[in-house]
Amino acid sequence: MSAQHDASHIKWSPRLTKFLDNDLVYSFRKSKITVVATLVALVIVLGAVLAPWIAPHNPFDLKTLNLLDSNMPPVWAKGGDARFLLGTDDQGRDVFSTILYGSRLSLAVGLMSVALAAALGITLGLLAGYSGGVIDTLIMRAADVQLTFPAILIALLIDGTVRALFGESHDENAAIWVLVLSIGLSFWVQYARTVRSMTFVEKNKDYVLAARLIGIRPWFILVRHILPNVIGPVLVIVTINLALAIILEATLSFLGVGLSPTQPSLGTMIRIGNNFLFSGEWWIAIFPGVTLAALVLSVNLVGDWLRDALNPKLR
Amino acid sequence: MLAFVLRRAVQAVLVMVVVALIAFTLFRFVGDPVNQMVGIETSAQERARLRQELGLNDPVVVQFARFIWAAAHFDFGVSYQFKQPVNDLIKQRFPATIELSLVSALFSLLLGIPMGVYTALHRDSWLSGFILTVSLVGISLPTFLTGILLIFLFSVTLGWLPSFGRGDVVAIGFWTTGLLTKSGLRAIILPAVTLGLFQMALIMRLVRSEMIEVLRTDYIKFARARGLPNRIVNFGHALKNTLVPVMTIAGLQLGSIIAFAIITETVFQWPGMGLLFLRAVQNADIPIMSAYLLLVAGIFVIINLVVDLLYVVVDPRIRIEARSA
Repeated sequence: MSAQHDASHIKWSPRLTKFLDNDLVYSFRKSKITVVATLVALVIVLGAVLAPWIAPHNPFDLKTLNLLDSNMPPVWAKGGDARFLLGTDDQGRDVFSTILYGSRLSLAVGLMSVALAAALGITLGLLAGYSGGVIDTLIMRAADVQLTFPAILIALLIDGTVRALFGESHDENAAIWVLVLSIGLSFWVQYARTVRSMTFVEKNKDYVLAARLIGIRPWFILVRHILPNVIGPVLVIVTINLALAIILEATLSFLGVGLSPTQPSLGTMIRIGNNFLFSGEWWIAIFPGVTLAALVLSVNLVGDWLRDALNPKLR
Repeated sequence: MLAFVLRRAVQAVLVMVVVALIAFTLFRFVGDPVNQMVGIETSAQERARLRQELGLNDPVVVQFARFIWAAAHFDFGVSYQFKQPVNDLIKQRFPATIELSLVSALFSLLLGIPMGVYTALHRDSWLSGFILTVSLVGISLPTFLTGILLIFLFSVTLGWLPSFGRGDVVAIGFWTTGLLTKSGLRAIILPAVTLGLFQMALIMRLVRSEMIEVLRTDYIKFARARGLPNRIVNFGHALKNTLVPVMTIAGLQLGSIIAFAIITETVFQWPGMGLLFLRAVQNADIPIMSAYLLLVAGIFVIINLVVDLLYVVVDPRIRIEARSA
């Protein structure tokens, strides 16, 4: 409590003071666990973004790899090497550097697939809610059918179908886009449902009627008038979905239908490490696993806080 | 009441038709059945003849009807990778998945409900705080990671439990069970806990929040005012009403347990349908994929229907609404 009182004595620019007095910021500062979670998430995100500059080795550069360095334990264990903080994997890649690069891929795939799901879901939700009738029925029935199945199953099906259609591609970047497509298409329903029900309420309000009366085109009304009013809850879904998308990417990669071992995400690293668990080389799987768990847990905690903070009923 | 049941049944049939349409599209258009059946040296005429024999030149509607008819008789064609009827493959593996799913569902209910009730009744005790924190971690850990950590702890480090396979199984008619042998029972512990942990955390949190809500209501206050002992108020009055929504979620979760079994079966090399489906996805084995899709959709739809009907039986308010509608 006292920290907040002290803070108000310091002379800050009026704009910053106003920002700090904001309800949302206040409730953020009050929730210690959210602050810690945000810090953990920030450290991982920074490590991922800055990977090319701060990683001691480049795991994608085959020239620097030496098979003689393979399966080395972490520094503090017997036989550890000072060059490799968290040990090396079966190909002699530095586990710490690979985690940095791997989180980069995991986060990128997670963000892109959430963006795809949100864009698709919001568009369909606005369309269904505003037009009603047959379009509404079609979109929402499709959503119902998809909601019968867990996301992991939908993602696996899409992944398998794309594989059958295009065969095994040699382009490694193709794997990323297949993943983004599979995960994105399995998450759109929640956005569509939320946006549709809110659009239903908004479209009969006076400001929309007024806009229609003066002859503004429907798509302009949707994007500029209705969308800003329904975007709030969508942000909450985005954070919660981000955690789910990261888990789903890791799961698919772990199952061997995601990113390849030459371009490992956290899930692929755990898959590789899983093969060495029994021979005592635990660090290959456990360190990426802990990173993944920390990332998902902290994103979840921030999402929980955001949901409560934005919920008017709990204020 | 009858109208309600009928409406739900029609919805269920509709979902099945859509899923069948998707499965058929996959089966017919994504993989070319002829190319998968013959070698490279087969001539074009030979292929055309085969195409005609298989009825692939018939109108699509006729083919779809034939597909449904075959599926209704559990005939899903021949697997591309194993060159065996898909039906036989699934029959061998079906019991393993169902057994694993039921054991882990039981595990999650038997632990989740008491823990939820405890944390709702003793909200400020340190044990509740501990249980809640652990459950948050349980929800955040991906299933495969839980499995690997459990294997690392109980199989590699401590050497207490086996880490892969089903152990010895006993055949009872067409059903094979691992629940009657010692090695089978030991083998199911780790996979079942892995699969059930997430559901357990979910059920625990649900029971807790529902129970807290119910404990605030007037009829509970009235029961306390009447001087009824705590035990009767908590378990006789409150828990009974808490369990109605829990039942729905638990029923629906059984469906996702079967789907998540794909991951658990891979981690533990459990010889079930999930592992079969995953191999099919990796190798683009369309017949198995479409058969699995139909089968799982069927199970999901039946579970949803049963849950809806149970709701009518348990909750008198729905019965009255349904009667007036």
